[in-house]
Amino acid sequence: MKSHVALMAALSVALVGPAAAQTKDANAEFEKFRAEMEESSPAELFEARGEELWKAKRGPNKVSLAESCDLGQGLGNVEGAYVRTPRYFADADAVMDIERRLVWCMVEKQGFKFEDIAKKPFQGANDNNAPDITNLVTYVASGSRNMKFDMPLHDAKVRDAFETGKAMAAYRAGPYDFSCNTCHGTDGKRIRMQNLPNLATSEGAIRGVQGWPGYRMTGGVMLTSQWRMNDCFRQQRFPEPKYASQAVTNLIAYMTGNANGQLYKGPGIKR
Amino acid sequence: MADPMKIRAQMKGDVAEIRILMGHAMETGQRKDAAGNTVPAHFIQTITIDVGGKRVVDGQTGTAISRNPVFGFKMKGAKVGDKVVVNWVDNKGDKRTDEATVA
Repeated sequence: MKSHVALMAALSVALVGPAAAQTKDANAEFEKFRAEMEESSPAELFEARGEELWKAKRGPNKVSLAESCDLGQGLGNVEGAYVRTPRYFADADAVMDIERRLVWCMVEKQGFKFEDIAKKPFQGANDNNAPDITNLVTYVASGSRNMKFDMPLHDAKVRDAFETGKAMAAYRAGPYDFSCNTCHGTDGKRIRMQNLPNLATSEGAIRGVQGWPGYRMTGGVMLTSQWRMNDCFRQQRFPEPKYASQAVTNLIAYMTGNANGQLYKGPGIKR
Repeated sequence: MADPMKIRAQMKGDVAEIRILMGHAMETGQRKDAAGNTVPAHFIQTITIDVGGKRVVDGQTGTAISRNPVFGFKMKGAKVGDKVVVNWVDNKGDKRTDEATVA
């Protein structure tokens, strides 16, 4: 009898032990892979394309974004723009994240039609090239590499977007009765092998915003934060938000605000 | 029109670490598009790398390589200031040559 108990104990240890170790090992292995890939991230290819687009005279108005678009850091300045958004833009009278702001500039300054940009805002799995807007976001984000997030939360309008985003993250609805917080509101959750960050904490929020815009190894496509937000809605079986909508900016504001003060490593790489 | 490559070449002790990022679709010829038509194969077929005027890699590549591939290797015998010249040719005859210097 005694030996049975000992055997059971040994078995349970054997069963619990490897499973936990496996998760840990897999994470460590993936981190190794990510570190290796970050040195030559294909995101750089998209940065280069974005830089060309930023400087090129385009659209019906034949002006470049470099000479007409203010991302909050002065006309044509991309340095630090990504880590200091979402912010309030007086000329548009709205709080905008970088992608939304770039779309606004393309429409207002260069004369592109919003409908044309919104028709295909994200790279599909079978597309060889990312849309212009994705390349532009990637380029602008590279201008904030190794800078700290510093979203202007002291601005009442930005604070308002942050609070709305927070409320949205807690809003439960849809056929699954899910909210963002169902998966991303408490510590220690995971889905399959993926650990899920708790976006309410600073450490969790930085994991949420780090690496975006990101090159996704699956399919080899470049994707932005806006795409990621849309995908969350899709996974919750919510209706997907309209492209470049205020709702998405609010959610990005909520995460970025929580990640304030943490280091942004630039466009990244995703599994 | 092919995108420029990103080449990094760095001495670490007496070993040079060279990493090349190539922008290429690398279509296998096995995929079908939304309309059900086969997407024609389009992939890098040969890669040559010269370091300091000496050919160090003369490679034939195929469809088992991912889109936007990274090619990395370590070599002895290189020194700071050596020129790295990378050249690829794909199955449609498109080509691209880029240079960097060992740092």
